[in-house]
Amino acid sequence: MKIHEYQAKELFANYGVPVPKGKPVFSVDEAVEAAKELGDFPVVVKAQIHAGGRGKGGGVKLAQNIEEVKTIAGEILGMQLVTHQTGPEGQKVQKLLVEQGLDIAKELYFSIIVDRATAKIVIMCSEAGGMDIEEVAASTPEKIIKVPVDPLLGVQGYHCRQAAYRLNLPPAAIKPFIKMVQGLYKMFMDKDCSLLEINPLVLTGDDGIIALDAKINFDDNALYRHKDIQEYRDLDEEEPLEVEASKFNLNYIKMEGNVGNMVNGAGLAMATMDIIKQAGAEPANFLDVGGGANAEQVENGFRIILSDKNVKGILINIFGGILRCDVLASGVVEAAKKVGLNVPVVVRMEGTNVDEGRRILAESGLNLTGAKDLKDAAAKVAQIVQ
Amino acid sequence: MSIFVNKDTKVVVQGITGKEGQFHTRQCIEYGTNIVAGVTPGKGGQKMDDVPVFNSVYEAVEGAGANCSMIFVPPPFAADAILEAIDAEVDLVVAITEGIPVLDMMKVKNHLAKSKTRLIGPNCPGVITPGECKLGIMPGKIHKPGGPIGVVSRSGTLTYEVVHQLTQQGMGQTTCIGIGGDPVNGTNFIDVLSAFEADPETKGIVMVGEIGGSAEEEAAEFIKANLKIPVVGFIAGLTAPPGRRMGHAGAIISGSSGTAQAKIEAMKDAGIHVCENLGTLGELCKEVF
Repeated sequence: MKIHEYQAKELFANYGVPVPKGKPVFSVDEAVEAAKELGDFPVVVKAQIHAGGRGKGGGVKLAQNIEEVKTIAGEILGMQLVTHQTGPEGQKVQKLLVEQGLDIAKELYFSIIVDRATAKIVIMCSEAGGMDIEEVAASTPEKIIKVPVDPLLGVQGYHCRQAAYRLNLPPAAIKPFIKMVQGLYKMFMDKDCSLLEINPLVLTGDDGIIALDAKINFDDNALYRHKDIQEYRDLDEEEPLEVEASKFNLNYIKMEGNVGNMVNGAGLAMATMDIIKQAGAEPANFLDVGGGANAEQVENGFRIILSDKNVKGILINIFGGILRCDVLASGVVEAAKKVGLNVPVVVRMEGTNVDEGRRILAESGLNLTGAKDLKDAAAKVAQIVQ
Repeated sequence: MSIFVNKDTKVVVQGITGKEGQFHTRQCIEYGTNIVAGVTPGKGGQKMDDVPVFNSVYEAVEGAGANCSMIFVPPPFAADAILEAIDAEVDLVVAITEGIPVLDMMKVKNHLAKSKTRLIGPNCPGVITPGECKLGIMPGKIHKPGGPIGVVSRSGTLTYEVVHQLTQQGMGQTTCIGIGGDPVNGTNFIDVLSAFEADPETKGIVMVGEIGGSAEEEAAEFIKANLKIPVVGFIAGLTAPPGRRMGHAGAIISGSSGTAQAKIEAMKDAGIHVCENLGTLGELCKEVF
């Protein structure tokens, strides 16, 4: 799960990590109010959306006085902010963060990530902050400092010192930096983060360390034990059909094609999308109904696929295994009747009682086509949408 | 022959009295798996059908001679269950549970490195040596005993699809292993590949990967350097949009690393026979093996 910058900064503050003074706002009036409270100029007006690259897209601007705050806030609020992470349609800005401007001496990069290959927590930092860090890592990997931490041991003083000295921090900034790393590591573990990134982390003119930006992703599998983090979820930032699907434990991702598909299991679902494309059509979605699909899930899956108006045909691929095909076929027929199926459906299923299942589909009187295997199914559905 | 499990494997099922645990324990017993005990804390002394239930894995090892554990414990308690099985020194732990927090698994993985136990999973269908021992949730019927093909995969139902096609072509399997789709897991491709290479009955391997991470690339390098038996490979996710999580925590691509295309290239470079269309995998295997 992703959260907004202002929410991440709230968490930072709770763990003793210095952040600029500031306030989230939802209207121009509130933005002006917030700027007045800060007192000093310049202030920074920052669009709050769940995507990076906001500055380049025109979503972060400096204001020198109240009039500018008013103008800038008016421009950014409600705009479709396009960044390299939003896709070409962009994301509508509904919240702003109004923050104090800082006296910046140097911009650093800092992050904590889970390294799946080594099963270690890795603290990463660099003197090359404020820019595209993937670019830095690719062209000048020696500028990225990596400190792996064994999660059984936890972060130790030497880990932090290693990072601090290699960043060439001025002596007065070492202690605050170490305190910050310890706070962030504690938060990372306490809150089941999967990624934490500060770019830039700022060294101020008076040798202070302040997190100018803040990005946190959380492990969805661990959200059950963090009610506070769940409250940070912002449904405005998510695709409505995907939100709807998640209510029924369906894993749905909308895509651009016109062949809807419903599959049990993520790997098989991806392979099914691939084979649709190889048959000459384009998948409209990814939809995993889970390893042990049931009739209710099939019904909800149908509804969600059909609410995408681009869909001209549907391929259902269920490798039942333990699930009996006759049960599944009845579920498909019932669901199709309930949701008022208006596009052709190709069903490929495998598992126990497959002949009985095919008979049920054939005799349903619905627009359902059986397929004998995966290749056959993809060819049939591709033909339908052509 | 086979790898990791065979007819002598004596299994304790952790979480045996839960809905999933009960259902799959029965399926495994029906297949012929030697399930000697179950564990559900607080239900020691009871029975699940004819299987004695204990309060702890230690008791199941001591009282019933279990040397392997299969885990159906819900995600919040699963890491604890795996650690208990490791501490009770069983040879093999198969964790079926889906949805274990990654930080829990990181701790398990670092602890596991200090033990002799092998962990398969989590978030996996399990492992099966057809005709001898089914340890997991895969449908037993689609498998064909007697070898000579070994199957290793990150996926669940996609593995069933592959095995089904092999069986349809008349090719049996030595052992089929789902290593799981989570970012941190116990056994990786390389562990399984080297075990297959050492197994005299395995004459060919099917390796099924998906987008995300670099496990397939590393496996391809290993195959190039160490494997004599032929490998057929498949990667799911050619059409997956970048930066999105496709169901498995493992199946996420960011930047150019972990894409299906990069993995397919690495596999081809290693001399692996890459199947580009899942519909034809069985036929390709027939040709290669």
